[in-house]
Amino acid sequence: MRELKAEKITQAVMELVKRANFSLGRDVLFALRKAYRTEKNRRAKTILKAILDNAAYAQKENLAICQDTGMPVVFVQVGQDLKIAGNLKAAINKGIEAGYKKYSLRNSICADPLLRGKSGFSPCIMHMDIVSGDKIELTLLPKGFGCENKSQLKMFKPTSGIEEIKQFIIEVVKNAGPDACPPYVIGVGIGGTADYASIMAKKALLTKLSAKHSRLEEDLLKQINKTGIGPMGLGGKTTALALNILTYPTHIAGLPVSVNISCHALRSAGIVL
Amino acid sequence: MKRINTPLDLNKIKSLKAGQEVLLSGSIYTARDQAHKRLVRAIKSRKALPFELKDAVIYYCGPTQTPKGKVIGSCGPTTSSRMDAFAGFILAKGLRGMIGKGSRGLGVKEAIKKYKGIYFITYAGCGALLSKYVKSAKKVAYGDLGPEAILKLEVENFPLIVAIDVNGGSVYGQD
Repeated sequence: MRELKAEKITQAVMELVKRANFSLGRDVLFALRKAYRTEKNRRAKTILKAILDNAAYAQKENLAICQDTGMPVVFVQVGQDLKIAGNLKAAINKGIEAGYKKYSLRNSICADPLLRGKSGFSPCIMHMDIVSGDKIELTLLPKGFGCENKSQLKMFKPTSGIEEIKQFIIEVVKNAGPDACPPYVIGVGIGGTADYASIMAKKALLTKLSAKHSRLEEDLLKQINKTGIGPMGLGGKTTALALNILTYPTHIAGLPVSVNISCHALRSAGIVL
Repeated sequence: MKRINTPLDLNKIKSLKAGQEVLLSGSIYTARDQAHKRLVRAIKSRKALPFELKDAVIYYCGPTQTPKGKVIGSCGPTTSSRMDAFAGFILAKGLRGMIGKGSRGLGVKEAIKKYKGIYFITYAGCGALLSKYVKSAKKVAYGDLGPEAILKLEVENFPLIVAIDVNGGSVYGQD
């Protein structure tokens, strides 16, 4: 059985912290550049230019793309034939804590959600999955809370039609309006249970924006871009850069739909060890 | 483009219209959720406030840690509507300007008209870029709040868009 030291995981997570917070993914940059080229609204164009300038400046200066360096969300896929020497969860949190400190990011995490108190750099949220093989894949998504706050879950009836569901998704975006840093990327989870639909919605944000999209995804994106919210909510046709859906089997009595909104600073980084 | 300097007395802002772009220079104070809670608690119990509110500008911002060799880290705006419940009390004490991102509730618009305030927005999600316009940063109060402490920032030509003007005109239209 292949063995991997927990310290290697800590080091890898530190590197992901840097990559995710200082530079945007190629697919996100590509989508932003395309939006800048095709946007007709003068103000929307100016804002998209500022967003692109910000990304370039952050990378050049090793500065966080956004001061909200998020609640770090880590998706972990552990191969069942891999033995980890040490504590996996502790190793990940150690990498988050050390990376966020080293790269001067923000200590946005309240140890107690009700008492609040002094904020720290960790813990992160982990979604663990066991897969075949002897490798481990780690993906970090620093999730800003301006947009997390606008995310919603709705439990539909099993007899609800697709139009009702589409209406709900569009309403969630309209409700976010100018507040959550549009242009957005929208993750949708359909099926499973209340909790699982929400995890899928979050995971859907990691689908490459350049991936081939279904007709439903394309149709929803088109409708969302007709709302006229635009960059910073000041108008234009770029309200969302992409909409990604993940689905899972569900129960005969229900139809959970969860929508997770990401701001334009959709930051992520992954590694396989 | 119109340039304005703090302190923001009424004369400097009364002609500004929603949608207009301006460049702001001078001192502004960061304050977000927990700092607002404390400021309003102090106002209600008639305690001394950590800085002079008359003609002052509050920036809804909680920057990252300051990297070595920099004046400040990434420092973009946070969602303004979370401060809506507090804004009226602070405007009543003389606050002139607010900087943030996103829309405001009806109550804030009414308070802006009543107290002759102004609400600006700035490039959202562009905290690295905005750090260029900050020339110095100094902790003023509530250091225990970490990123939510009140900082006094000296800014130069900080880019803003008027979102709600002194007459209640809004860049987001009727809401």
